[in-house]
Amino acid sequence: MNPVVIAEDLTREYHVGGGLFSQPGIVRAVAGTSFSIEPGKTLAVVGESGCGKSTLARMVTMIEEPTSGTLTIGGKTVTRDRWRELRADVQIVFQDPYGSLNLRQRVGAILEEPLKINRPDLSAGDRAAKAREMMRLVGLRKEHYDRYPHMFSGGQRQRIAVARALMLEPKLLVLDEPVSALDLSIQSQILNLLLDLQERMDLAYLFISHDLSVVKHVADDIVVMYLGRPVETGPKDQVFAAPRHPYTKALLSATPSADPRRAKQRIKLAGELPSPLAVPPGCPFAPRCWKAQDKCTAERPQLEGTPHPAACFFPEN
Amino acid sequence: MADASSQIARTVPTRRPSRFKEFWRYFSENRGAVIGFWVFLAVFLVAVFADLLAPYDPAAQFRQHALQPPFWQSGGTWEFPLGTDALGRDMLSRLIHGARFSFFVGVVVVVVAATGGILIGLIAGFAPKWLDTIIMRLMDIILAFPSLLLALALVAILGPSLLNAMIAIALVLQPHYVRLTRASVINERTKDYVISAQVAGAGLPRLMFKTVLPNCLAPIIVQAALSFSTAILDAAALGFLGMGAQPPTPEWGTMLADAREFVLRAWWVITLPGLAILVTVLSINLMGDGLRDALDPKLKRS
Repeated sequence: MNPVVIAEDLTREYHVGGGLFSQPGIVRAVAGTSFSIEPGKTLAVVGESGCGKSTLARMVTMIEEPTSGTLTIGGKTVTRDRWRELRADVQIVFQDPYGSLNLRQRVGAILEEPLKINRPDLSAGDRAAKAREMMRLVGLRKEHYDRYPHMFSGGQRQRIAVARALMLEPKLLVLDEPVSALDLSIQSQILNLLLDLQERMDLAYLFISHDLSVVKHVADDIVVMYLGRPVETGPKDQVFAAPRHPYTKALLSATPSADPRRAKQRIKLAGELPSPLAVPPGCPFAPRCWKAQDKCTAERPQLEGTPHPAACFFPEN
Repeated sequence: MADASSQIARTVPTRRPSRFKEFWRYFSENRGAVIGFWVFLAVFLVAVFADLLAPYDPAAQFRQHALQPPFWQSGGTWEFPLGTDALGRDMLSRLIHGARFSFFVGVVVVVVAATGGILIGLIAGFAPKWLDTIIMRLMDIILAFPSLLLALALVAILGPSLLNAMIAIALVLQPHYVRLTRASVINERTKDYVISAQVAGAGLPRLMFKTVLPNCLAPIIVQAALSFSTAILDAAALGFLGMGAQPPTPEWGTMLADAREFVLRAWWVITLPGLAILVTVLSINLMGDGLRDALDPKLKRS
């Protein structure tokens, strides 16, 4: 199967600061990230806040242009002037269902807007029919069509957001922490809805999250990011069962377990995330790593090795 | 299909009150605002039906009745309830017709200033930084002048007439709209719903006018209400200085200017137009305050 999206060496830099007399600093929000997703599969990107997950999402959804690297969507290389034609293939669902819906539009108008823009050939009746069909698919009732977003709960708003994203029948759906703003019970409803829709429409998901228990539920493959760089990638089962990078191991140990009798070996990381303005020259994780040696601070490890690649000189497994 | 998607999400069947009802609830909490609203409505109706309400033509002169006092003073008659001015014109009719001019000035100035200001503000909010800076510095320059002086200078260039006075006032009021619109646009632009409209393929005009602008309107509406009174006041001031409406137009500010020399002999010719301006402007300001309270989501409790 041909992958829906292929990213090679995606990098995004920001210039920050730089007053009258000072040099602007360069922040590498994302550096050298590669992945590919096949239809019907879910790639989860995990990492703590500030590791570049959302920047990655913005690049894949063509809100921001990568500084370097190539992005291929549906076999077409993405360049700025092709954004328009590729827009319909990639849609996004945001974390905060309260900020992602226009409060001045009714649900029907929200759902029909993407069609209005991208498929002007459709008549108003066809648009409404499609919107109603999509509402049924995501579990909204008919009478919700004429309501405003403020009349809905968080979970229902997220259903509306999912419905809007699917109106253009995209191939790839970027889910930027789609459930972390929701109650636990609503989380599972939305996750199940997403899995169900994936199966039906053969969607590829780029699932961004910091919640490993959610990732475990939905992902096929995982990319662990640290300070803008992937430190470990691989199939979900392998990464969860045998993490190779110490950071992944620490992340996994922080996941709450449902079994109270299981002995917990929580790895506590010392120190802070280094400033993205001054990333240490070697392994970015070295200052917080319990296994760090001289080599780690001098040289940057590459993403390599078996059974799945990890960027560490002294991998765990 | 026993999945979550097939279970229909349940809503609590409480209907929120309609938007207007909710607005009125907040608005009516402020008593001053409600009083202001009714007075404003009354003045508006007077302006609309001026021809039916006014007993005489505002320009008709009754020479034998010149400077006749209002009916409650000795020498006053019911023929001219609020007295007459130096040329024997009926004060009541002139005041009633004056309301028309004041409303005309207010509406035209607000529409011109708000349309231009919102457009420029939207452009500044979406523009690259250099264009934004140029626009905003230009607005700062206009704001740096005392507004009435600038209007005066503009009228002096354009020539004194009510129309030119309105153009001048609109130009002077415009920067307020530009700043207000730009500030809200910049605030809204980074929100997720704007980004998702972008991802859905919305072009710049659609983003500006359909996505962002409706969400920025509340403060602009308040500003419009408040600058309505500023426009009336400025038009009256320009009229008083002889730079606005020209006699014999029954504009309140011009009436004040015409009556200046009689201030000691006939108080009514100068007090009544002044009172008319005061009451109208006060009512609009009170209403604007209530409007701000009702439209500002930060002040809402629910």
